Amino acid sequence: MDLKLKVWRQKDSASKGKFEIYNAPNINPHMSFLEMLDVINEDLIHANQDPIAFDHDCREGICGACSLTVDGKPHGPEKGTTACQLHMRHFKHGNTITVEPWRAKAFPVIKDLIVDRSAFDRIIESGGYVSVNTGSAPEANMSPVPKHAADSAMDSAACIGCGACVAACPNASGMLFVAAKVSQLALLPQGQVEREKRVLSMVRTMDDENFGNCTNHYECEAACPKEISVGFIAKMNREYLRASLCDSGSAGNTKDAVN
Amino acid sequence: MNWQSILSSSIGRKVVMAVSGLALFGFVIIHMLGNLLIFAGPAALNGYAEKLESLGEILWVARIGLMVMVVLHIWSGLCLARENRQARPLGYLGKKNTRTTFAATTMAISGLLVLAYIIFHLLHFTFRVTHPQISHLLDADGRRDVYTLVVLSFHELPIALAYFVSMILLSLHLSHGFSSALQTLGIANESSLHGYEKMGRLIAAVIFLGYSSIPTACWLGIIKASH
Ligand code: HEM
Ligand code: FES
Repeated sequence: MDLKLKVWRQKDSASKGKFEIYNAPNINPHMSFLEMLDVINEDLIHANQDPIAFDHDCREGICGACSLTVDGKPHGPEKGTTACQLHMRHFKHGNTITVEPWRAKAFPVIKDLIVDRSAFDRIIESGGYVSVNTGSAPEANMSPVPKHAADSAMDSAACIGCGACVAACPNASGMLFVAAKVSQLALLPQGQVEREKRVLSMVRTMDDENFGNCTNHYECEAACPKEISVGFIAKMNREYLRASLCDSGSAGNTKDAVN
Repeated sequence: MNWQSILSSSIGRKVVMAVSGLALFGFVIIHMLGNLLIFAGPAALNGYAEKLESLGEILWVARIGLMVMVVLHIWSGLCLARENRQARPLGYLGKKNTRTTFAATTMAISGLLVLAYIIFHLLHFTFRVTHPQISHLLDADGRRDVYTLVVLSFHELPIALAYFVSMILLSLHLSHGFSSALQTLGIANESSLHGYEKMGRLIAAVIFLGYSSIPTACWLGIIKASH
């Protein structure tokens, strides 16, 4: 199939970017979207031009590195699919496909289609962990976890941190990501010790990183390649209210107790 | 409890917005039920208005409470809207939304238009500056004649239309606002959210029909002036 691509090119974070049009002739419909970009980049390199920079790693939908907005949708038109798992058979011969980076103040463009998502890392550093020394892996049945809590924790832990939620949100809010990371630990016994401190501190870091605020459009859930439910945002809101209204005393003390 | 950090946080402000919004939502429903007494005739509506006035201090507490809710709602809304615009300095060439609704994407503008409506509405019926000729009538029992004020006001097509259109905007605002507030307060969850979204649209439709029936009925002459 023959396609045209309209791709965002930007030299570095300080430069202004613009769209460039590329021809993509003879594309094999069994290729993934990233393999199609590889083919175009081969041609660009042979023509002594700068190849299109894009993020990728596993190419099997589990690492969260790929981050392309394809025709106005983060990760493209297929539901529950990362850009690396998106195949060219979903496009038609003659299509012009627009490819843009994630757009958010919190995710500045580094080059072309690559954005800096270290804001997510700083949110995790501020509380997305369990600082209990567990030693070697304990016998799994030693800490009972109700089935529904285990299922729900697994659902939120499916988040691969790709940032499509931020890219899709009309407000560039990071709340689905933070909600998933807060919930997966709040649901499990190991996460209880730092439960209040965690949500307060992760939300504060999220606010400091220039993300927008959720106004309940639910575009994040629709774009999420792991189909994480906005029910977790409601859960994070409950966790936040619980920590700040009911349990603020112990939230402050937890820090002292841990240190 | 640290109020300062709650009020400066994203979730804290959303909670302020949701709580004040639900309080105003409650007022809108009670006010609609009171207004619908107009269909029961002048005695019913004027008697109700007199009873409200006779509450004295309690009425003032409720009015000040409503004012505080309006101010909190607008303050938190404008804070959130400003930060949200700043959060994406450069937009997409052609972003395709798949899940959100027209009501959700127009909350700020529908909210501001409803505010303009409320200001006009208070000048019209509460402070009585827009229609002085018909604002100070008394009925046969010597009560303030709210019934005639409403009916004669809505004989003017522009006034009736302004109310009608404002009720479209209000119900649009509330159709998203209801489930949005429940989600923000963490009352919704994965399985109940869709139900709340439908419920919000249904209640908004009832609010629209209830309120807009009054200017419509007055203008069509279904509700007639009593003298
Ligand atoms: C067809 C629609 C409506 C009619 C006919 C109507 C009628 C009235 C009347 C007659 C009063 C004055 C009562 C009195 O003189 O004692 C009043 C007050 C008021 N209305 Fe409405 N109203 C309508 C819709 C609304 C809506 C949708 C809102 C809010 C969003 C609203 C907010 C208010 C407020 C805040 C007051 C002042 C209450 C007070 O003085 O304590 N109204 N309305
Ligand atoms: S490259 Fe790993 S998820 Fe797409």
